[in-house]
Amino acid sequence: MIEERTGTISDPTRARYEAVIGIECHVELKTVSKMFCGCPNVFGSPPNTNVCPVCLALPGALPVPNAKAIEAIVRAGLAFGAAIPEHAKFDRKNYFYPDMPKNYQISQYDMPLTVGGVVRYWLEDGTRGECRLTRIHLEEDTGKSSHASADGRLAGATSSLVDFNRAGVPLMECVGEPDLRSAEEAVAFLESLARTFRELGVSDVKMEEGSLRCDANVSVRLRGATEYGTKAEIKNMNSFRSARRAIESEIERQIAVLESGGRVIQETRGWDEAAGVTHSQRSKEEAHDYRYFPDPDLVPLDSPPAAVETVRATLVETPYDRYVRYVDRFGIASKQATQLVDDGALSGWFDRAANASGQALAAANFVLGDLSRLANESGTPVADGKVTPAALAELVQLTQSKAIGSSAAKQVLEILWAEGGSAKTIVEREGLAQVSDRGAVAVLVAEVLAANPKVVADYRGGKTNVLGFLTGAVMKASRGKANPSLAQELLREHLDQK
Amino acid sequence: MDPLHDSAVAIAAAVHRGETTAADIAETVIPHVARIDAQVDAYLQLTPELMRAHARRVDARVAAGERPPLAGVPVAIKDNMCLDGTRTTAGSKILGNFVAPYTATAVQRLLDAGALPIGKTNLDEFAMGSSGENSAFKMTRNPYDLERVPGGSSAGSAAAVGAFAATLSLGSDTGGSIREPAAFCNVVGFKPTYGRVSRYGLIAFASSLDQIGPFARSVEDAALAYDVIAGKDPLDATSVDRPAEPTAVALPRDLRGVRVGIVKEFDTSGLASSIDACYRSAYDELAALGAELVEVSLPTAKYGLATYYLIAPAECSSNLARFDGVRYGLRVDGADVGEMYERTRAAGFGPEVKRRILIGTYALSSGYYDAYYVKAQKARTRIAEDFARAFERCDVIASPAASSPAFGFNAKSDPVAMYLMDYYTIPVSLAGLPSLSVPCGAVVPEGGSSPMPMGLQLASPLFTERALLGYAHAYEQATRHAEKLHPVTAVTR
Repeated sequence: MIEERTGTISDPTRARYEAVIGIECHVELKTVSKMFCGCPNVFGSPPNTNVCPVCLALPGALPVPNAKAIEAIVRAGLAFGAAIPEHAKFDRKNYFYPDMPKNYQISQYDMPLTVGGVVRYWLEDGTRGECRLTRIHLEEDTGKSSHASADGRLAGATSSLVDFNRAGVPLMECVGEPDLRSAEEAVAFLESLARTFRELGVSDVKMEEGSLRCDANVSVRLRGATEYGTKAEIKNMNSFRSARRAIESEIERQIAVLESGGRVIQETRGWDEAAGVTHSQRSKEEAHDYRYFPDPDLVPLDSPPAAVETVRATLVETPYDRYVRYVDRFGIASKQATQLVDDGALSGWFDRAANASGQALAAANFVLGDLSRLANESGTPVADGKVTPAALAELVQLTQSKAIGSSAAKQVLEILWAEGGSAKTIVEREGLAQVSDRGAVAVLVAEVLAANPKVVADYRGGKTNVLGFLTGAVMKASRGKANPSLAQELLREHLDQK
Repeated sequence: MDPLHDSAVAIAAAVHRGETTAADIAETVIPHVARIDAQVDAYLQLTPELMRAHARRVDARVAAGERPPLAGVPVAIKDNMCLDGTRTTAGSKILGNFVAPYTATAVQRLLDAGALPIGKTNLDEFAMGSSGENSAFKMTRNPYDLERVPGGSSAGSAAAVGAFAATLSLGSDTGGSIREPAAFCNVVGFKPTYGRVSRYGLIAFASSLDQIGPFARSVEDAALAYDVIAGKDPLDATSVDRPAEPTAVALPRDLRGVRVGIVKEFDTSGLASSIDACYRSAYDELAALGAELVEVSLPTAKYGLATYYLIAPAECSSNLARFDGVRYGLRVDGADVGEMYERTRAAGFGPEVKRRILIGTYALSSGYYDAYYVKAQKARTRIAEDFARAFERCDVIASPAASSPAFGFNAKSDPVAMYLMDYYTIPVSLAGLPSLSVPCGAVVPEGGSSPMPMGLQLASPLFTERALLGYAHAYEQATRHAEKLHPVTAVTR
């Protein structure tokens, strides 16, 4: 971590201001083919191999929309409670750029596929929030330019190359309302979007492959003010971490400008990851006139209510709703709940185990504790391992009913991981049932006390914390089977008799 | 059977019957076309080897028992339609070196039907023009007077059929680019309903107006070609998914019971008296065939030209943005990519194309969009509504195809004078209607000595191609105007 704060703004000054942030992000859809042609939508192919007359914009080629991409946007919108207007259309956004083959992008201007909706999110500490969506619309991605210069930038390049494999990949643009008030909230919003898109299967949301790219509109104002300040649009944030740093840096920059008596100007600023600052790229006066107009090559998009309901019927619980269920109903801590939610397969597996056991919290502790450790050590995900949710549920029940102790439970889990099968059968086979018979445990307690006269003397001399050591010794003598609370109770009885 | 002068129907039938072969037809046609084209310059490119290859394929199919509907029929393709492996220029320097790597759907359907491609025909650059003079490469001559234009933009496709240098050809019509040159060249030119024929592979001028259609020397041949190229194409989202009923069968012989609308606002009395007389006589001929002539009104048609010259340039300004020197076609290097764009487009586009890109860019610009583009779209809707109302009172509308016969080269140096040539065809295009021009007589033009062909435009409601072709066939068979004129290229019928 280089620097999280520029250090130029004192905390009391910082505290007088409030940031207002709105996020726009572009997410590549995970479809089989591109948006307007049949070329494969895959990442990492050799340059200019997934191309055809349509996505190269050869003379005479025409776009035909990918119905799966349209459905994906409708699903995404519905997941956030957006309205799906009956009529939508594609428009052309006109501007020249070498990696955009037609020199216009097919996008949606005033009649997007989805309108409104709310993204609910949670912060690391469990605080919850929500941010309204303006719209989600569908468009096409551009190709990728690479420049033959020392630093790979256009400036000073002697020539440039373009790879059109990405040109025409379906791209979902999500526009959020300026409801976010900190970099943390902005990142939590993005994470919630990303989780939902993954859950819906509409995108892989791989930032390193550029399948999620976001811009942030940032302004600051004095706390209590009702008018928005002048905003700057921050571009080129390539990870959640860089989004957090960029927004934080921009907030500080704007406060510094205002504090020094200056004025924030409306402009586009690029985030410089290495330098940790934003740079001015383009002011509003230089803004493009995109000359949007309805694309005459495409017919209007109709979403009849019945078709929308068919899609809605396929929706499942959103990651946010799952998180809330885990925390509010199951009592799982926020961090653990997040861990579960972020691993879709694990979370599904956990839900089955939690249902079968009726002990969600205990099941969560196993899943995120010993079971995840075993999974990490072996490299096999929990959901792909030999432990079935039913077997874990049994184990949870055996533990909760104190039929076996915690160290026995650990052993059973290891055997289950290696062999599969039923927890009960293993407990019986290995003789791991917890010993709760007072007489049997009392024999062991007597043995341990006899063998440790010095420790007994220490206890009686006031060092009562040696009780743990003595309990451990009883457990060890029982090969882990003694009921530890019974052992402790009996130890105390003996030790406290003078 | 004479493959140079007979109809497509007759040629295909002869090939089907085994009276001749496609290969023989190709060998007869190739030298003949070269001879005629030396005078007319209808073609930008002849494709004899491709023609021979297709002829062999057709003969093999016929030998195998197939009966392709256009077996052995020599066809010409307007050079704004892609044909795999051939140079496809759209009449522009910017595509002077562009070799298409795929074939347009309509062209492919012709070839699949057994047609033999003679070559690619000249056109006004990017189909923008009404005389053919905007071609970056050559001036096509009118086969009925070599000192006059063939009309445009489908200049070469009309001239080739008119000169007997092709049996059929494909053109494209945005505001009249099939109908006007058909009228000038004494042939039938047919623009189907917008969406009937796939635009895939047609280099776009104005996407919401462009439509491919055939030129032929008879309505029946045009119907035959239309039946082959019409129909839904999964590669064109605007192609309509409704069955195109065959039109080349059971064409009627008279017009009894047909109500022909004569448009009040298209009164020809203001035109030269010979032209006015020509159209009046054409209407009388319709009535003589049993048609009932009814006056209809298109009060908004007078806004057609203004509407068209906003919508078409707006779409063209965006459609032609792809010609940037990056991926194909002409590139003129510059210090940076911006300068490369500027130099490439400055050198690659002709003046009319530049004019329309400028008009269109302006019409779509922030602050002008509502006043120009949006208003033009509203006017377009009103024009279409006017036609719909008129069709409550008539089955087909008859009007001039053009306001004059073919004019001389460089006669229309004022762009607006040129635009006015399409006064009667543009409103029909804006409404998306099926429409054709059929020969309706001849007029000695001002300053001319010999009579030049005239065309009658017929337009009917959306998707009524079959009825429209029927009316035109009845008129053509009863009047036989085309046969009264002979091209000066020394070929007689």
